Amino acid sequence: MVAAPDSLTVFAPQGMLGYGIPERSMRLGMERRPDILAVDAGSIDPGPHYLGSGTSFTNRRSVRKDLEMILDAAHAHRIPVLIGSAGGAGGDAHLDWLIEIYREICRERGYSFRTARISAEIDRGWLRRRLADGAISPLDHDNALTPGHLERATRIVGQMGYEPFMRAIEAGAEVVIAGRSFDPVMMGAHALLQGFDRGLTVHMGKLLECGGAAAYPRHGSDGLLATLYRDSFTVEPPNPDKVCTVASVAAHSLYERANPYHMEFPGGAIDLHATRFEQESERRVRISGTRYIAAPHYTIKLEGVERVGYRTIAIAGVRDPILISRFDDYVANIRSRVAERYPDGYRLTIHSYGRNGVMGPIEAARAEQPFELGLVFEVVADDPETSAAVLALTRSAALHVTYPGRKAIAGNLAFPFSPSDIVVGPVYEFTIHHLVEVEDPCAPFAMDLFTP
Amino acid sequence: MPEQSPRRPSGALANTVTIGDVAAFVTSKNAGPYKVALDIVFSTEAEYERFVGQAGLDRAAVAAIYGIPLADVLDVIHFAPAFAVKITLRRRITAGATGDSDVYGAQQHVPLMQHRIAW
Repeated sequence: MVAAPDSLTVFAPQGMLGYGIPERSMRLGMERRPDILAVDAGSIDPGPHYLGSGTSFTNRRSVRKDLEMILDAAHAHRIPVLIGSAGGAGGDAHLDWLIEIYREICRERGYSFRTARISAEIDRGWLRRRLADGAISPLDHDNALTPGHLERATRIVGQMGYEPFMRAIEAGAEVVIAGRSFDPVMMGAHALLQGFDRGLTVHMGKLLECGGAAAYPRHGSDGLLATLYRDSFTVEPPNPDKVCTVASVAAHSLYERANPYHMEFPGGAIDLHATRFEQESERRVRISGTRYIAAPHYTIKLEGVERVGYRTIAIAGVRDPILISRFDDYVANIRSRVAERYPDGYRLTIHSYGRNGVMGPIEAARAEQPFELGLVFEVVADDPETSAAVLALTRSAALHVTYPGRKAIAGNLAFPFSPSDIVVGPVYEFTIHHLVEVEDPCAPFAMDLFTP
Repeated sequence: MPEQSPRRPSGALANTVTIGDVAAFVTSKNAGPYKVALDIVFSTEAEYERFVGQAGLDRAAVAAIYGIPLADVLDVIHFAPAFAVKITLRRRITAGATGDSDVYGAQQHVPLMQHRIAW
């Protein structure tokens, strides 16, 4: 074992694999001789569809281009690459999608990195036993998990912590590609193995996971460099046109979180009450004082979705001011026409942009009448045929139904497209968002080693 | 459609501004599928302190601004290191569920941004 180093530099070339890496930032970042390249490849924010369908919200061609740049840099500088939440939602279908892209690149370029694949899909038999043991509790809501949820879920992933990545590194992996992961862990697995402070390591990962988002000006996909020391860490953008300021870094500590002072992760939490943010140079901020608090139980966050139906939509515009002034009557007439033929067994939603399309029932604005409306007719039904049939009737009723004062008797809607009806496909909803207590943080996450 | 109010209106609204007039950022984003986090970030410590001192922005005020039950305003937290105030709301509808209109929760900030405070 070599002596523990005094510092460790981690380069996150972007906040999301597939969102683009500026070539200059990549080159300047690598000139700083980072010890590790790490990137987050996923998020729950794009919604339940992707976990259910097994597809990525990122684009294959864009992901491939970014991954080529990362692997080329890692190969040239002989440094490890860690990727978490592969394929967006981080299930096995997503993980294998990314690994196929990875294999293509390695084959073309003759790369033969020792590689670890870590699955984040959790065995349902094990979850049933944990449920029976009372070791699963709801997170951010009050719905207790039931065996039925486990049965009906289309796919269930767990957010792995640091330990599965540390195990892969100890097994000699030069590249780690993992399924669903707690965002900061790929940034800090090496640091924990080298004994750096756990609170600082987690906080550093939290800032790196969104790449250049912790720097101003905050636009475009870009990278961030962090150097971890024994008592503090620094962050700095490789892009010379951007700066990290105390405000930009502190503000990013807030991002996508309920409580800026306290952030929980698998096995513990960090506390920011004593954190110091200091402007060390024009473009670099030093952070210290973030404390680690061990959790009484090691828990993993579970994410799961269920298929709830099939969606068909149509998009149309309305310009007629008489219709817009009688919009509520118009909608009531559409609904009653549709209900005559299809009384139930579906859910019809009419999104009205220009009226309350974004805020829905809590919209408080009482503006003058808008001069046009954008409408999205949406039907969700148990099977695709019913969904298409109800939407088709809704669309024709919406085009031809009458309303008080109507003068434009030939048609109510301006359709931008033919065909007007768009089959969106299966609809998923989050049904599992729970914490499960585990004894061994690695056990739920199967690892395979291979050389592409 | 008249959206932005003038910076210094006359009459009853004199000496008031919208939060959007004085904050550097007013923004919203999911904090997981069941919550939306609203961030108000100021450019300077002085503006932040002035805001905290006189805006009176507590859970009840936020519930009134959004027209939602008090129980759905989970937290209002002042975060001095970032000159920021963070508000967490319970989502009416889980992100991406049928009937949701903002999957990322990225456009829920406007009632807060347009809220008038004494200044």
